[in-house]
Amino acid sequence: MTGVKGAADVGATKRKAYSVRALTKTYQTSGGQVDALRGIDLDLFEGEIIVLLGPSGSGKSTLLSLLGGLDRPTVGQIWFRDGELTSLDDRALTAYRRRHVGFVFQFYNLIPSLTVRENVELVAEMADRPVAPSDALELVGLSERLDHFPAQLSGGEQQRVAIARAITKRPAVLLCDEPTGAVDSKTGARVLEAIERCNLELGTLTVLVTHNTVIAGMADRVLSLADGAVAGERTNARRRKARELAW
Amino acid sequence: MGILDRKLVRDLRRIRGQAAMIVVVIACAVATAVMSFGVLRSLAETRAEYYERYHFADVFATLRRAPEPLTEAIERIPGVARVQTRVAADAALEIDGIDEPVVGRVLSLPDRGEPAVNAVALRQGRMIAPGNAHEIVVSENFARAHGLVPGARLGAILGGHKRELAVVGIALSPEYIYALGPGMIAPDDRRFGVLWIGRQALEAALDLKGEFNEVGIQLDGSKPEAEVIERLEAILKPYGGAGIYTRERQSSHAFISSMLDQLSGVGRVVPLIFLMVAAFLAHTVMGRLIDTQRQQIGLLKALGISDRAIGWHYLKLGLVLIVLGTGLGLAAGAGLGFGLTDIYTQFFHFPFLRYKQDPAISAAASLVAAAAVAVGTSGGVRRAVSLPAAVAMVPAVPSTYRTGSWEKLGILGRLNAPTRMILRHLARWPLRAALGVGGLSLAVALQISMLFSFDALDHMINGFYSRAQRQDLTVFFADSPSSAAVDEATSWPGVVKAEGYRTIPVRVSLGARARLVNLTGLQSTATLVRLLDAELAPVRLPSRGIALSSKLAALLHAKTGDVVTVEAIGSDTRIDVSVAQITEQYIGMDAYMDLDALNELVGGGSRISGVHLLIDKSRREALYRTLKNVPTIVGISERAIVLASFHDTMARTLTIIVSFFVAFAGLTAVSIVYSGARIILSEREREMATLMALGFTTREAGHVLGGEIAILVVLALPLGCVLGRALGWVIAERLDTDLYRVPLIISGGTSGVAMLVVLLAAVISTWIVGRHLRRLDVLATLNARQ
Repeated sequence: MTGVKGAADVGATKRKAYSVRALTKTYQTSGGQVDALRGIDLDLFEGEIIVLLGPSGSGKSTLLSLLGGLDRPTVGQIWFRDGELTSLDDRALTAYRRRHVGFVFQFYNLIPSLTVRENVELVAEMADRPVAPSDALELVGLSERLDHFPAQLSGGEQQRVAIARAITKRPAVLLCDEPTGAVDSKTGARVLEAIERCNLELGTLTVLVTHNTVIAGMADRVLSLADGAVAGERTNARRRKARELAW
Repeated sequence: MGILDRKLVRDLRRIRGQAAMIVVVIACAVATAVMSFGVLRSLAETRAEYYERYHFADVFATLRRAPEPLTEAIERIPGVARVQTRVAADAALEIDGIDEPVVGRVLSLPDRGEPAVNAVALRQGRMIAPGNAHEIVVSENFARAHGLVPGARLGAILGGHKRELAVVGIALSPEYIYALGPGMIAPDDRRFGVLWIGRQALEAALDLKGEFNEVGIQLDGSKPEAEVIERLEAILKPYGGAGIYTRERQSSHAFISSMLDQLSGVGRVVPLIFLMVAAFLAHTVMGRLIDTQRQQIGLLKALGISDRAIGWHYLKLGLVLIVLGTGLGLAAGAGLGFGLTDIYTQFFHFPFLRYKQDPAISAAASLVAAAAVAVGTSGGVRRAVSLPAAVAMVPAVPSTYRTGSWEKLGILGRLNAPTRMILRHLARWPLRAALGVGGLSLAVALQISMLFSFDALDHMINGFYSRAQRQDLTVFFADSPSSAAVDEATSWPGVVKAEGYRTIPVRVSLGARARLVNLTGLQSTATLVRLLDAELAPVRLPSRGIALSSKLAALLHAKTGDVVTVEAIGSDTRIDVSVAQITEQYIGMDAYMDLDALNELVGGGSRISGVHLLIDKSRREALYRTLKNVPTIVGISERAIVLASFHDTMARTLTIIVSFFVAFAGLTAVSIVYSGARIILSEREREMATLMALGFTTREAGHVLGGEIAILVVLALPLGCVLGRALGWVIAERLDTDLYRVPLIISGGTSGVAMLVVLLAAVISTWIVGRHLRRLDVLATLNARQ
């Protein structure tokens, strides 16, 4: 595989991927106005693993959707590299997602009518310089099940396919929303291992949303959210390996 | 309202689009059934009552002349209840301000009292004063067309003499509910009317003192009709009469019966198509609802709500649709029934005709609709009832797809992922796909089966009549004059060419099969009126032998070369003649032979019934002025007017009726596509959200939705055309009567319109559903529990 960076390089480069300033997201509901995010400022760097921790309703998934260009903020800006995401129209946001963002969701969201290989190819076909789908699947330890349909896989396997699908286009950022939320802890550890491996081998900035504090151990930095604001930030002196995590 | 009922209301609100579509299709079914059977019943009952009240005859006979005392012999025939003789003749009418030919059918009324058979219904004015020779009663629609009211006067050439007649009354007759004049193929109230006059006056005018030339008979039912006819034939034969026909062959009665048959066909077939679609929609929508509410059902059961209550809850949802659909359908059906009755009253003249809503029909239509929808929803309801609480609490097992053997051929390798998704989804639920295709193709077929009437009409007028009948005018003479009349006709102003013809009633038989038809003799050199073969190519009139119209040949089981027996009615002449030609004829079923051969058959020298004329149109008015003064002429038919009137009458009726069905078919297509698209969206919205999150545009993700619909539509369109032809064939067969045949001609335009309507319906429905996709909350959809 080419273009793979090691963890040491990540620390050395520290190029800024995202700058988030005064980010606010307000929803209008029948019960009134809900502030999901309230004036968040933060910077994210290439190659990092960031864990967003917080209870439900703290705004972590909202932040993830704004970073991924699935939604727009009410107030504030997000810069991705040198461009301002918040000024893009729908078409440009779609192009941004297509080119730079890989998503992993809690409920896998594989296409049930496509095989494992086809699910990954779906994204590879759109990319300029994709990782070969079989390599991506090998990276997550699923090279044996290429022609199976999602319904024939376990939850953990499905999630690993979702990770392979996300990284096959060599995204600049991998956004994972509760990737272990729907699997048991043993399977969850294997899913995290796959994410970690992609981060190490492809140097992808990985933002991982979870309410599971144990997972924070594998991050470079941990941002804690509460009531739509960053309540705390800490940098781990040493990233724990995913396989060492247990909950 | 209980909690479950509140849930029901909210569920209905959530699926309101699909629910509305099911309601509309049920309404279409109920409305067409109520309309068709309602009008059918109203017309049939009105006709029966009309016949009863005005003693419409069961058997009719025409003859040359017979003395009045013969009536007693007829009355003595066992099985005869009432007899009425009369004098009848055609007359050329002169109406102020109209230079076109107008034909009057002049019928005598008894000088005293009501006719025992075929009485008239006086609508305005009074009946003729006894013994008054100049008073007449005229048929209502004819009077209306010319603004005739009691007190008006009109001229008529009767028995070769011009007479001034005074209108004293306006009336209707059960014999002329559908009034066709000589040479006409559709009613034309401006050019044909019925006149009633005193018996003595008409006898005197026609030189038939103490005689009659028509008789109407009512039977008492004690003897078979055939037996009475046999005896009647024997009595009338010496008087030049055996032109006996039953009510079934009476033209007005036969036309109405044929129309009632069509209505009954429509009433049986069309609602069934709508009900099949409604059941299919109810099945898919209810099935999907249960799938999405598995966990709710489980929860409700876990909370202690019984299976029965759950079943009843979902059944109620179906019932609401049934109640709304039948309610709407009954209201629409009544409205359409009134509308259709109104259309029919333009052609059928009844003294009383009201569209009567029949509770039995409404109840039957509602029950059948309810049963169809209940069958459609029963699968879903059963599933809800049988769902164990524990199973219902866990998410449904994701759909398992398989690589089909058809994929191994490698075709799919070249297709992109969304297309593969579409094909596998279709293959995963083949029955649903097949039913969707079936429903849409029925929508195409239904339209074709109705729209083709326009093609048939066009074919009959521009294909058939323009080739078979090229004369401008046909002139009918009172008594068959000698062939010299043709030379005289040639000398009339503006006449370019004149060809004589003679038509006589004959009985044509082959073996045990016989038919009473008109035999027309044409000049061997005739070019104005030509015989056409099945491909509508002109064929030469055989100098020997007889040409039979295809319908007549089919009824007699005769083919070219067979020898048929031709018996001239009213004479003892009877010859065996070989079938030289089978010809196409859409209206009526006649036989043709050489004029000289026909005259030889009948005897009495070379005679004609009328002439076909080709005229110089710039001298049309001069010609009409001359014709008005030729006393032997009883009628003139102008081909262009006959065809235009036929076209207008048919096109007007067809446009209204066909528009209904095209609109209904369009609605059906919208409902099928809309429901299908909503279900696809509901089943696949997560997949489409995934695609959008992965960087596909909304349009690309929407391809999964639109593509599946497109495949169903693309499969349905050609299938619909094939089904449409089959349905058209069934309808054409139903319309194939002794009176007329409808050629099964389906133009590219007809198929095109039918397909376009369904295509447009599909595009509009998909666009509407597509709006939901454009508003999709991608993140919420992806994070929702499966």
